[in-house]
Amino acid sequence: MTIRVGNGAGFLGDQLDAPRRLAEAGDLDYLTLEYLAELTMSILARRREKDPAAGYADDFLDVLPGLTQNLNADAPLKIVTNAGGINPECCAVAAGKILVDAGLGDEQIGVVTGDDLLPRLAELQAGGYELRNLDTGQPLSDLDSPVVSANAYLGAGPLVESIQQGARITIAGRVADASLTLAPAVAEFGWSWNDWPMLAAASVAGHLIECGAQATGGYSVAWQGRRLADVGYPIAEIGQSGDIVITKAPGTGGSVTRRSVVEQLVYEIGDPSSYLTPDVVVDFTTVQVQQDGQDRVRVAGASGRPAPEKLKVSLAYRDGFMASAMVLVYGDDCLEKARECEQIVWERLSRAGVTFSRKLGELLGAGQAAGASGAADAPFHGREIVLRLTVHDPRREAVERFTREIAPLITSGPAGLAGYAAGRAVVRPVFAYWPTLIPRELVVSNVRVQTARNWARG
Amino acid sequence: MQTEPAVSARLAEFATARSGDKGNHANIGVVAVDEAAYERLREWLTAERVADFFKDLGADRVERFELPNVQAFNFVLYNALAGGASRSLRIDTQGKLLGTAILEMRLS
Repeated sequence: MTIRVGNGAGFLGDQLDAPRRLAEAGDLDYLTLEYLAELTMSILARRREKDPAAGYADDFLDVLPGLTQNLNADAPLKIVTNAGGINPECCAVAAGKILVDAGLGDEQIGVVTGDDLLPRLAELQAGGYELRNLDTGQPLSDLDSPVVSANAYLGAGPLVESIQQGARITIAGRVADASLTLAPAVAEFGWSWNDWPMLAAASVAGHLIECGAQATGGYSVAWQGRRLADVGYPIAEIGQSGDIVITKAPGTGGSVTRRSVVEQLVYEIGDPSSYLTPDVVVDFTTVQVQQDGQDRVRVAGASGRPAPEKLKVSLAYRDGFMASAMVLVYGDDCLEKARECEQIVWERLSRAGVTFSRKLGELLGAGQAAGASGAADAPFHGREIVLRLTVHDPRREAVERFTREIAPLITSGPAGLAGYAAGRAVVRPVFAYWPTLIPRELVVSNVRVQTARNWARG
Repeated sequence: MQTEPAVSARLAEFATARSGDKGNHANIGVVAVDEAAYERLREWLTAERVADFFKDLGADRVERFELPNVQAFNFVLYNALAGGASRSLRIDTQGKLLGTAILEMRLS
């Protein structure tokens, strides 16, 4: 027995048409939609600050109406997503209304909660859990800024429960990306939670498809001739005995090759012999990748070890304000002019008594954006360049004042400037990231499955 | 054995790459074009050379991991992202350009 799991979203802001197109052409058993990068939790925290009913991936509500036809088909599709963000129940209420409107009010929606540790932080610290920063070693008590979100990475367990209770759509918050793909396999095949080779195999499949089109030809340095406008999103065929094939729907753009898959295998990982998920520790170094026909790549040999005793926690705290402004500088002398503009802005701000905890000027077009060796000294022959200035400070007023110092360049700086018509730069609050760990027994997940109609009643 | 090529060649002839972020750390996956290229890069594309190439990023250190089964390497550049996705001042907040940039390295 084999199931087909397709991933139609790799982040919040991915292609809105991709989930529907994948569901229509992919012959899927399950559609996963992955919305939560590390950064995304802080974006959602900001939205929840403004509106207590917000804080989920609203992209999901934009794509769901296009999926109702597939949810209603004879061989019905199931959806597993982390669209719940930091507010999965409100996401389910909104999703329930969409299903009711589509005549699918009897379908079950499952919601997974328990990842949100924000209400429990004081209790945990009082209990002796210091929640030390994984990078700096500092205990959370050293932090003197307000925490806005704190979410443990849940594993596949509660997702499986939701699927087994009949949920057609399972909505979670912070779950490990790979768990979205592992869960359907465990639910269908009944693998036990210590069948490490099986859990490892499906977790590798999940890792490979979690970033959407990056497994199927997107984000490749060999981008020519790939028909990326029509790129097919990735599908993992997962067999009961852990055999994995990565593929895509026939006729779509992009390509699934050994190379596209290996590049994704090593994407955003640390030590490849210990890829940590809440479900299993996977060794990628034993994985073998082979082309198995056009746009079909077989992935075998993943080995797994027992799941870690601690779960990762993604915590975000308030960290002042930032703003970025850009100006286009034109002319043979654009490089020198841009540098002069930067100095003018900093000098005027300094005279006004405005300083910043951090500031940066970048010359976009000079080839320095990647920090590659020699770029700063390389000769520049361009005739235009973009000056980008960015500041960060705890005081909103200081950052606000910076944004008002760009437009004056137009009349009181050198000639040959453009690009200011878009208006003043936006001051945005910054949420910094505090990675930490928590013993897994302290995290209790919850699964609630009920009809779309019941969810819609709020 | 001398494994470096006689003339300086770009890394792009031996591998493809992609990069991304984990908090304030960047990673660059480098995938060799074949077994011979992998062996050559194992000798030449050291963590030290990569650290030196990206020294302007100000990373604490660079670690290299090997995946011989798939002829790939993973380089982790610790604290290379000037604060990471939400608070980096740079336009490339998440180190997305590093995979393209590393291929400009010259093997000599």
